[in-house]
Amino acid sequence: MTNAPTSPDRTDRQIWMSVLARASAEALREHLADVPPLPAHRRLKGPDTGLVMLRGRAGGDGTAFNLMEATVTRCTVSMGEHMGHATVMGRDLAQAELAAAIDAALQNPELRDALMASVVEPLAASQDSARAETARKAEATRVNFFTMATMR
Amino acid sequence: MYVSVKGGESAIANAHAWLAERRRGDAALPEITADQIAEQLGLAVERVMAEGACIDRDLAALALKQARGDSTEAAFLLRAYRNTLPRFGYAAPLDTAAMQVQRRISATYKDLPGGQVLGPSFDYTHRLLELDLAGRKGEPDPAPQADTGVTPMPRVTEMLAREGLMARDTATDAEPPDLTREGLRFPAIRALALQSMARGDEGFLLALGYSTQRGYGNAHPFVGEIRMGAVPVEFTPPELGFAIDIGDVVVTECQMVNQFAGNNETPPQFTRGYGLVPGQNERKAMAMSLVDRALRASELGEEITAPAQDAEFVLYHCDNVESTGFVEHLKLPHYVDFQSELEKLRGIRARWAADRGEKS
Repeated sequence: MTNAPTSPDRTDRQIWMSVLARASAEALREHLADVPPLPAHRRLKGPDTGLVMLRGRAGGDGTAFNLMEATVTRCTVSMGEHMGHATVMGRDLAQAELAAAIDAALQNPELRDALMASVVEPLAASQDSARAETARKAEATRVNFFTMATMR
Repeated sequence: MYVSVKGGESAIANAHAWLAERRRGDAALPEITADQIAEQLGLAVERVMAEGACIDRDLAALALKQARGDSTEAAFLLRAYRNTLPRFGYAAPLDTAAMQVQRRISATYKDLPGGQVLGPSFDYTHRLLELDLAGRKGEPDPAPQADTGVTPMPRVTEMLAREGLMARDTATDAEPPDLTREGLRFPAIRALALQSMARGDEGFLLALGYSTQRGYGNAHPFVGEIRMGAVPVEFTPPELGFAIDIGDVVVTECQMVNQFAGNNETPPQFTRGYGLVPGQNERKAMAMSLVDRALRASELGEEITAPAQDAEFVLYHCDNVESTGFVEHLKLPHYVDFQSELEKLRGIRARWAADRGEKS
């Protein structure tokens, strides 16, 4: 799979869209308070809620099968000459619209640095730290078997 | 013969009002919120998501509240809601190798690469009621944390496959069939069976899985690996044309390792049964993997002798929303049908009596 967000060669936009998708509307608003107000945007599509069919693979790595659907919300906006988009899991219309507006603003070179520094990077850091905390809790439950050799 | 075709409106309205009162319970106690259900009855919520075939914690929690905790009714509510939403597309297959693992155990290798991580499990508890949980117990101590290194966790099945001891699951690019768009067809291909079982009734699959262990089907299973954790959901919105993560989903995956006797073309080797379910649900993932393997009997040229090996039996009966619909439809008015049955039975009895009268 090329250009997958989890692959190392993903673009900046793929990275920030994936970060915004994992951030609640509340967290997005909180970080937006640290930058000048975003320029006005116009809704082109949505925000509206629908379903995406999730898939698995037989045996984890075999033939794909349809697992079940998940609710998702999408929104497309225009902001000046830029179009912003968000597709996020769940049904939060405000999150999708905010994420789409931020995506549009991030494409404007005059706004990008401030938004990256005040919104995307702090959100990515808090997502990373939540993952790290889960990893540390899991690590604390790692089983260290004693072998007969060490017990002798 | 007259049957009532109208009426009952006020009886129904009053029944619904009583239902709402019962749902609320003792008004002297605080009303429970969907948020509390989602957070504190998380495994019930995950069962509803699985059997409702719709991943949305908040909706599943609401459905449980509305259904007074009846998980099958809640799954039905979630299915019905889901049917009102448009389909935006298909996500990329979940890469469970990229899971952020919270739990990972193996019953086949003690010291497997990546190790064994117990996670938040009921296993190893004593199954004694904690009486002090009945009221408000207060906040538990925070879970201990330990520093981590980078520990890759390769699949156990892949380790066996590299040695040639495990049949690989061949990956094709074929578009898998979709149960939400087309009905079951037989012979069912494995992708359809897996989708069907992922939403199937946990109790039904558990019983069938158990039956394979008790001799109904030729199963000699080992848990190669169970892993549970969050997996990124990758989707390519048509508006973009490139893939983004749209969030994460917690799933439980079970790789069941089974013997296979081999045949003229294939030497004896292990084969896999696979289970994948949303949330933390090992019981269902394991049951699903047992039944998945049993259903592969015909593909592997094994004799079909048991219910769990019979795809029509398993797949036509594993959906509890469908099963409930057909069982419970018996409550609906069958007055006219029954009148004709009555007439027929009276006629048969009259002939029966007449025959006896003539003979005696």
